[in-house]
Amino acid sequence: MNIVVFVKRVPDTESRIRVSADGRSVVEEGLNFIISPNDEYAVEAALKLRETKGGTVTVVSAGRDEASTTLKKCLAMGADEALLVKDPLAETYDGLRVARIIAKTIEKRFPAFDLLLFGKASVGADNALVPTMVAEMLGLPQANAVIKLAIEGAAGTAEREIEGAAERVSFSLPAVVSAQKGLNEPRYETLKGIMAAKKKVIPVVTLDELGLGGDAAAPQVEVVRIEMPPARQAGKIIPGTPEEAAKALAELLRSEAKVI
Amino acid sequence: MVLVFIETREGKVKKSSWEVLGEAKRRAAELGQPVAAVYVGAAVDCFNPEVFARGADKAFLLENAELAQYSAQGYALALADLVKETAPQAVFFAATAMGRDLAPRLAARIGVSAASDCVKVEVKEGRLEFTRPIFAGKAYLVGRLRATPQVLTLRPNVFAAPAPAAEAAGGEVVKKAVAIPDGSVKGRVEELIKAEGEEIDVTEAEVIVSGGRGMKAPENFALLRSLAAVIPRCAVGASRSAVDSGWIDHGHQVGQTGKTVSPSLYMAFGISGAIQHLAGMSSSKVIVAVNKDPDAPIFKVADYGIVGDLFQVIPALTAEIKKLTE
Repeated sequence: MNIVVFVKRVPDTESRIRVSADGRSVVEEGLNFIISPNDEYAVEAALKLRETKGGTVTVVSAGRDEASTTLKKCLAMGADEALLVKDPLAETYDGLRVARIIAKTIEKRFPAFDLLLFGKASVGADNALVPTMVAEMLGLPQANAVIKLAIEGAAGTAEREIEGAAERVSFSLPAVVSAQKGLNEPRYETLKGIMAAKKKVIPVVTLDELGLGGDAAAPQVEVVRIEMPPARQAGKIIPGTPEEAAKALAELLRSEAKVI
Repeated sequence: MVLVFIETREGKVKKSSWEVLGEAKRRAAELGQPVAAVYVGAAVDCFNPEVFARGADKAFLLENAELAQYSAQGYALALADLVKETAPQAVFFAATAMGRDLAPRLAARIGVSAASDCVKVEVKEGRLEFTRPIFAGKAYLVGRLRATPQVLTLRPNVFAAPAPAAEAAGGEVVKKAVAIPDGSVKGRVEELIKAEGEEIDVTEAEVIVSGGRGMKAPENFALLRSLAAVIPRCAVGASRSAVDSGWIDHGHQVGQTGKTVSPSLYMAFGISGAIQHLAGMSSSKVIVAVNKDPDAPIFKVADYGIVGDLFQVIPALTAEIKKLTE
């Protein structure tokens, strides 16, 4: 089975986000970057499938040079190959643009694949657009936000989380699957893997080489501004014994806040 | 024209679709455009004229036997044909599991980008300007989509769903047979797997009672379930540490690697308030925190706090709320 996994480098979930002076981007300085947590489940799913079905796992990231750190982590986890698609732009919040870059990469560099794996959304842009858009561009079926995945021959089934329930989806291969928490427990890198990944030279492809030079990859999303949420004020601490406090709270929620 | 996708589950329209219809109507009125509600199915027998009382000027029923079960490919094909025919300025979806699965498929099919999980929509210079959370709500992106139609998904529980108008409203119902070429649908939903009991998802709940590390053990979540049982439309949530400890299923996790929620009331029990948790729930209208530690960061965002033992507070609160709501 040939599996391609798409990963993204994002700010750590512990990060405090600050808006840049231009008001339209996020300050990167001082942030710690990690692989988007959802993407780790995708890498793990790919490695598990390779264990039982053989084949190769290739990890791909579109981004600036720093994205190669994220790719090296995936190699250290056990991926066979990596490719960096060099995208000079910082975050554009434009799912269509990224999907176009990825779909073109697949067409030009991975003509034979069985499965494309993604995280359900990048933690940061939070769009959850790219996997589905790539599926549409390549005419493939999709299974998003999956918590179970099984592949048998040229078909797959997955369970995906929906509101208060799950649904079973069946699809033919090749297909696009996006992973989320609950699918598996991502493995740690091994020391041997880290050493091997260090030595590996990651090939690079540019947007020009993909035929996406000039305006072909111009963003469609106009960022008017990025703003911080309104700061919340600490409210009142309700005194008394647990019983007294609970009684007072229930009454405040009813008469003052009017939420129950 | 502005199109609104109406999502049904087992024949019933989802509340979030009424919210989207309400918001689409308000923006369309500013734009001076009509609103059409769009149903998709094998034979849309669940069509309800209530859509007109709730703001739609017109309804499209897109039908094909292939669409009996939801498939992103089939539904997107049906919607894309309607988009070509009606050239709408915008297409709205609820940011539900289905809306998030379908909207990008339609957008890519017609070659436009999309904005997910919007919490505010305004009309600026004749175009829609959206506000959507990034970094799970640590910041907000205000933006515009340059291409037309503008495809947006709106977060459930944020926009007001107007009550149906009292006087009988009418509108045109247009049935369309959708052409679906053989082999164009390569994946579909086979089965709905229901959780035991009727569970409300945290993203759709009016009230969330959430437990963290302070819950100490999985069996203690029964306390939260008892509290949830006395509050209408209440779901049980959890912090990442409770989920990672295996005390409760990941579907309940609120925060940056879980779900971002905006209920009317969020009650956090034994949750200290790590930044990734606060990101996921800070847009709740009212926040309550119960924690032993008076310095827990959760108190900085809470409207009401109780410094105390949650094992005493939860049963007492359950009894008090039961008294009030009975």
